[in-house]
Amino acid sequence: MSTPQQLAERALSAAKSDGTVVLVEESSTANLRWANNTLTTNGVAANRRVTVVSTLGRGEGVSAASITKAGVTEDEIEELVRESEAAARAASPAPDARPLLGPDDASALQGVRWEEAAVGTDIEVFTRLAPALGESFEAARSAGQLLFGFAEHTAVTTYLATSTGLRLRHDQPTGKLELNAKTPDFVRSSWGGAQTRDFADVDVVSLAAGLGQRLDWQKRRIELPAGRYETLLPPTAVADLMIYLYWTASARDAADGRTVFSSPNGGTKVGQRIGIPGLRLWSDPTATGLESAAFNLATASSAQSSVFDNGLPLASTDWVRDGVLERLLTTRHSAQETGLPVTPPIDNLLLEAGGSASLEELTRSTEDGLLLTCLWYIREVDPQTLLLTGLTRDGVYKVEGGEVVGVVNNFRFNESPVDLLSRIAEAGRTEITLPREWNDYFTRTAMPALRVADFNMSSVSKAS
Amino acid sequence: MPSLDPTFAALPLRELAEAALAKARELGVDHADLRSERIREQSIRLRDAELDGANESVDSGLAVRVVHRGTWGFAAGTVQTPEAAVRLVEQAVRVAEVSAPVNTEPVVLAPEPSHGEREWISAYEVDPFEVPDDEKIALLGEWSRRLLAHDAVAHVDAFVMAVKENKFYADTNGTVTTQQRVRMHAALEAVAIDEANGAFETMRTLAPPVGRGWEFLRGVGWDWDAELAALPGLLAEKLAAPSIEAGEYDLVIAPSNLWLTIHESIGHATELDRALGYEAAYAGTSFATLDKLDTLKYGSPVMHVTGDRTVEHGLSTVGFDDEGVQTQQWDLVAGGVLKGYQLDRRIARLKGLNGGRSNGCGFADSPGHAPIQRMANVSLQPAADGPSTAQLIAKVRNGLFIEGDKSWSIDMQRYNFQFTGQRAFLIRDGKLAGQVKDFAYQATTTDFWGSMEAVGGPDTYVLGGAFNCGKGQPGQVAPVSHGCPSALFRGIRILNTVQEAGK
Repeated sequence: MSTPQQLAERALSAAKSDGTVVLVEESSTANLRWANNTLTTNGVAANRRVTVVSTLGRGEGVSAASITKAGVTEDEIEELVRESEAAARAASPAPDARPLLGPDDASALQGVRWEEAAVGTDIEVFTRLAPALGESFEAARSAGQLLFGFAEHTAVTTYLATSTGLRLRHDQPTGKLELNAKTPDFVRSSWGGAQTRDFADVDVVSLAAGLGQRLDWQKRRIELPAGRYETLLPPTAVADLMIYLYWTASARDAADGRTVFSSPNGGTKVGQRIGIPGLRLWSDPTATGLESAAFNLATASSAQSSVFDNGLPLASTDWVRDGVLERLLTTRHSAQETGLPVTPPIDNLLLEAGGSASLEELTRSTEDGLLLTCLWYIREVDPQTLLLTGLTRDGVYKVEGGEVVGVVNNFRFNESPVDLLSRIAEAGRTEITLPREWNDYFTRTAMPALRVADFNMSSVSKAS
Repeated sequence: MPSLDPTFAALPLRELAEAALAKARELGVDHADLRSERIREQSIRLRDAELDGANESVDSGLAVRVVHRGTWGFAAGTVQTPEAAVRLVEQAVRVAEVSAPVNTEPVVLAPEPSHGEREWISAYEVDPFEVPDDEKIALLGEWSRRLLAHDAVAHVDAFVMAVKENKFYADTNGTVTTQQRVRMHAALEAVAIDEANGAFETMRTLAPPVGRGWEFLRGVGWDWDAELAALPGLLAEKLAAPSIEAGEYDLVIAPSNLWLTIHESIGHATELDRALGYEAAYAGTSFATLDKLDTLKYGSPVMHVTGDRTVEHGLSTVGFDDEGVQTQQWDLVAGGVLKGYQLDRRIARLKGLNGGRSNGCGFADSPGHAPIQRMANVSLQPAADGPSTAQLIAKVRNGLFIEGDKSWSIDMQRYNFQFTGQRAFLIRDGKLAGQVKDFAYQATTTDFWGSMEAVGGPDTYVLGGAFNCGKGQPGQVAPVSHGCPSALFRGIRILNTVQEAGK
């Protein structure tokens, strides 16, 4: 079997179009899933996906098309290039067309090591985890509890080559563990998650023990009605809300007057205060423990991503700085259209709001409030305010005089993450967290816990 | 009649199966199956009638699943040779061995007759991948310009997605199936902006995703011209409409909105794997637990809900599922009472439902994923001589008529939900009295279906659905259809979403 580099070079040498971008993605993954203290599914999978973007100059502009195929061999690569070129001929001019990037544009990038082989993973990554899980199942059984959850490790190496001479490579390991403990009647439930690059740092036995303790907190049940409550949002809940905000931060959509970041009198809200002083929301490809690609990778164009921008270096970007909206997601095209700097999406998200306390310390300084575990089924209700709805899940605790006094029913909330930024009463220290809801799509986050004085619990959910 | 794609048929499928299944038998597995799949997808997006992006992907590969000493093992790869198939069998057995310490409940599959060699192709006329791209882009551009020509429309997004799915399956039971499905989804969304204050509203076409070919875009099964002609006026009316007064209303809900409420509050709640806790840490469980079968009052007596994977043009429709089970139709709710579940082979056997036979809901969304229990087409049946939508509206003094799905959210046991829609009209004394905006309806599943006073007749019935139902870890997406008539609900809580935002 040919190497990904050989495949990319073969594609470029077969290409007859004006410009060609080739992305070869070598991926491997292993997973274990369990429920009711036993395995439910498992698996390993390996994949090679090749994307060929062809660009074609014509009188009225430049057109482009992108085709991605799995499992392409060296014999089939020329056919893929021809299909991509035919699609580019059929396409109308691309408004986002810009010159493809070359080696000079990416000269500052470190450690791209084009010639190296892909880093893979397989089921052996769990040889320590599997027995530890078995041990946790035994402990749960003797405590009269059930464990549910999922462990997944994925390794993706992406090779990017362009007809303009760019040769870049990125390794992205992603690991996650989710653990959920329940009583056999499913009435009491607690959840914990971790993200990891290699599973060496995952201690499932102690995570399970912590969840068991939370189930004990739930022995006393307190019914509360809908209403606005002082609420402590743990880092995972904050992550899920902020990811939605990030996904909605397209400069083009804002400039078109159709998002929460549109200014009522035209243009965007860049430069306007949207959060409390000291608040910083940013992405940084070099963030420790959350490392992500330091250059742009795009297999398709959209409002916030352009195939023409493949290879564009990415630097630490403050989306919100000291409470002021600083940047929105742009391509080179939408940056020019909106008059904003070029700041493409980066695959991690961090928030800091001036705090240093742990969630435990924030709980101890709570007179009367709710402590959440995580949020679920978050969906947009109104784009104008970015009002989101969703549920609390796996343990809402009543805190009185700094102590957890029992578990409360779940709620449906209606809240806007943008609005919350200006209503933060107190923030904890920023820590790496696994977003409960969105980790299939977006994993790398570091968030503080937040205290909000009047979180809108719109109705009671009978779910447990 | 469409025929099997010759480039898929040309793959060495039987050699792969023979090599893999022989190796599996040699290694002494309890069960083995092999799938070879190719899924071709195309997405074309326009923004304000200009091309925003066009891309195509082909996912293809080979998957082997075994039950080895009572434990699952699964392995997948992209190389389609007999040697690679044999290696996948070895890997799958190794996966079973590494996971054995975590498995305490031996896997036994429900028996299924061997169906021998079978071929099945979905009902469509024009393969969307035979239609030139420039024709597709031109059509969406022309439709976009029709909307943009209206004064109220500031922006238009348009997209079309086409999928062609080929699956080959062979198992140690002797079933060998080769299947092909085609599906399409196209929509346009228009945006109107109030220049005075920056307020904006959107409205999307109601055309559902369908198990049809490109003929759907040419007007077979949907009147695009009529819908595009009406949309700008409806959007302008919505932008100028009053904000709704929160409170209790009677609702007449059109199929274009109700399908999603069915999907979330009945479709997912009657998945047996959820009721058993397999999804407890992720998608969630269900209030409709097994001990309530045949007794739970799900809704009013007019409620009759079926599951099927057989209806023509249904997105979940297929001849045989990904465990070699022939597809079927059955009752989930009859006379308002819970009557059945969606099953795969493992859980059908575990709980002895459906006479101990799976009803064919095993599905994997790609060659890289193992099959899990996924949703059948779950549909609310119309009343044989039931009323028209206008007759349902005539029964309401103070209410809303809601069309088109938009925002949705439901809790992890499928009790508490909240939905919005594309548009809502006030009903005053049995007649429509103009649009209102900022509405959402919120209810608990059994209260909501219990308040259903009447279902419309067959003339009001529409098959809606989605391409992107999510479930499982690793995450899998599945296409599924939901048919329903218009229906009347009494006394439902309506929120004002601007008030909810604290504004």
